[in-house]
Amino acid sequence: MWLFFLRRLLLAILACMTVMVISFTLTRLSGNLAASIAGPNASAADIAIITKNYGLDRPLPVQFLDWARHAAEGDLGRSYLYHVPVWSLIRQRLPITLTLGLIAILMALAVSIPLGILAAAREGTIIDRAIMLIALIGQAMPNFWLGLVLIIFLALDLQWFPISGVDTWHGYILPAIVLAFSAVPALMRLTRSGMIEALAADYIRTARAKGLSRSKVILKHALRNAAMPVVAITAVQLGYMLGGSVVIEAVFALPGVGYLAWDSITKNDFPVVQAIVLFLALLYIALTLLADLVNALLDPRLRR
Amino acid sequence: MNGNLVLPGMWRRIKLPPLRHTLTLFGAAIVSLAVFVAIFAPLLAPHNPFTQNLGNRLIPPLWMGGQLSHLLGTDQLGRDYFSRLIFGTRISIIIGVSTVIASGLIGITLGLLGGFYGGRIDDAVMFLITCRLSIPIILVALTVVAMVGSSLTIVILTLGLLLWDRFAVVARTATMQVRNLDYVAAAEAAGASRVHVLLREILPNIANHLIVVATLEMALAIMLEASLSFLGLGVPPPLPSWGLMIAEAKDYMFFSPWVIMIPGIALFVLVLGINLLGDGLRDLLGADRAQ
Repeated sequence: MWLFFLRRLLLAILACMTVMVISFTLTRLSGNLAASIAGPNASAADIAIITKNYGLDRPLPVQFLDWARHAAEGDLGRSYLYHVPVWSLIRQRLPITLTLGLIAILMALAVSIPLGILAAAREGTIIDRAIMLIALIGQAMPNFWLGLVLIIFLALDLQWFPISGVDTWHGYILPAIVLAFSAVPALMRLTRSGMIEALAADYIRTARAKGLSRSKVILKHALRNAAMPVVAITAVQLGYMLGGSVVIEAVFALPGVGYLAWDSITKNDFPVVQAIVLFLALLYIALTLLADLVNALLDPRLRR
Repeated sequence: MNGNLVLPGMWRRIKLPPLRHTLTLFGAAIVSLAVFVAIFAPLLAPHNPFTQNLGNRLIPPLWMGGQLSHLLGTDQLGRDYFSRLIFGTRISIIIGVSTVIASGLIGITLGLLGGFYGGRIDDAVMFLITCRLSIPIILVALTVVAMVGSSLTIVILTLGLLLWDRFAVVARTATMQVRNLDYVAAAEAAGASRVHVLLREILPNIANHLIVVATLEMALAIMLEASLSFLGLGVPPPLPSWGLMIAEAKDYMFFSPWVIMIPGIALFVLVLGINLLGDGLRDLLGADRAQ
């Protein structure tokens, strides 16, 4: 168990370091960072000043180590645009993105687990096929477009929800639905395949043979065994959602981390972009590490 | 399956094997049509997709009281929507196919090496997959396009570098499964080189799994390109990318909802078609288990 834990932790730390290099390299891809910051109308003197002030004249490895050392201490640098610490910008907007992500993952689970169970219990029938078709349709729906369509019909025509913003909790509902939509197909397929496998096992036959009711067998015996991969993928999906909420936040003008990222990218505010890429990657690494550990605790067979 | 053991009754009687094949054929038809339209776009489009006509702005589609000369109406700059949709198909197909080739090359190479050699090499491959998975795709793609500049090539290369993970995972698992089979040992005993074994013995035998992954990734690439273009950091205007069409039409959607409906439905149908085809292929090629 401890060996498994250590190996997994080491892998996560190595991944963190690689991701730091990647997020640093990303913002240097343009070649001349100072010129991008200064904008198209800047003079050579302006660019020289910016180069000097931001320390961009130093060799790249030195810049990287400097940034990495500060990042490791929790200091992600200062925004070029707002002139405040990047972390305070992220912290301000994080609650919105997290709320959105949590509502969306709960919605997705509430839809996909019952449908997945139903499809598995009726495997091969028209109900199963219909549910799998719903999954395919969900997969094919462009989420930004679904967002716009919902805005037109539910917010504009019927006026059930605000068109944008999160002044009240109503504002979270449409974006959360759209975000949940993208996670439902994967969760549903996994619940279904896990349940089908579990229902075919010997202990189910035994449970049925000793006279337990159908629903009790499905919900108590099979579901418990099918739940594990779903736990793992839920963490992964939550990670994807936080990364993918860029698009949704842009559509609904939600002032979350995703919107901040998009805004910073279009306005060349590199320290912020760099920090958000790193932050989301670290969050993902932490979530998957957590899911692996939970699974290892639940299933001794995985501790290799 | 034994799943039916638990739930006997009427549902077991109603089995519809043909439905699945109907859907597969439906998917294949959509994909073939899209490829056909993409190849022959200049011959099929009634107008030039770039020609603006400010006197003919936002004409509604034919069934909403439009004109016969503009079947799907015109956009905010008076460009023929039907022609733009046709040329947009070309962009989506180019993005889908090229991205799959790029990401397939990377992912399959890594997966074959990791699955075949195991040990340290496999550890390295798994590490690369872990790193790739932890990077937020859309954010990184947006940043790269913003840094390097937007063009079709940049979008393809960026997506190719970001979407290889599933190829690698599936190729690795499938290679591990066939690695110790007799025909591999036979080829090695006959003195075949490593390259020969990997490319001629193993690759053809795991190709069924990879084809299914290719369809999934193609759909994903098309969807991501549309999202990037929608956010203004994908394919540059005036190219008629469906995502860009939705972004440009967004300001007019409250008064003329069809301007976002038409490209959105096109995108939905194409991605659905590719996924239906991929799902059918998964059954037909027996690629179910290793996923």
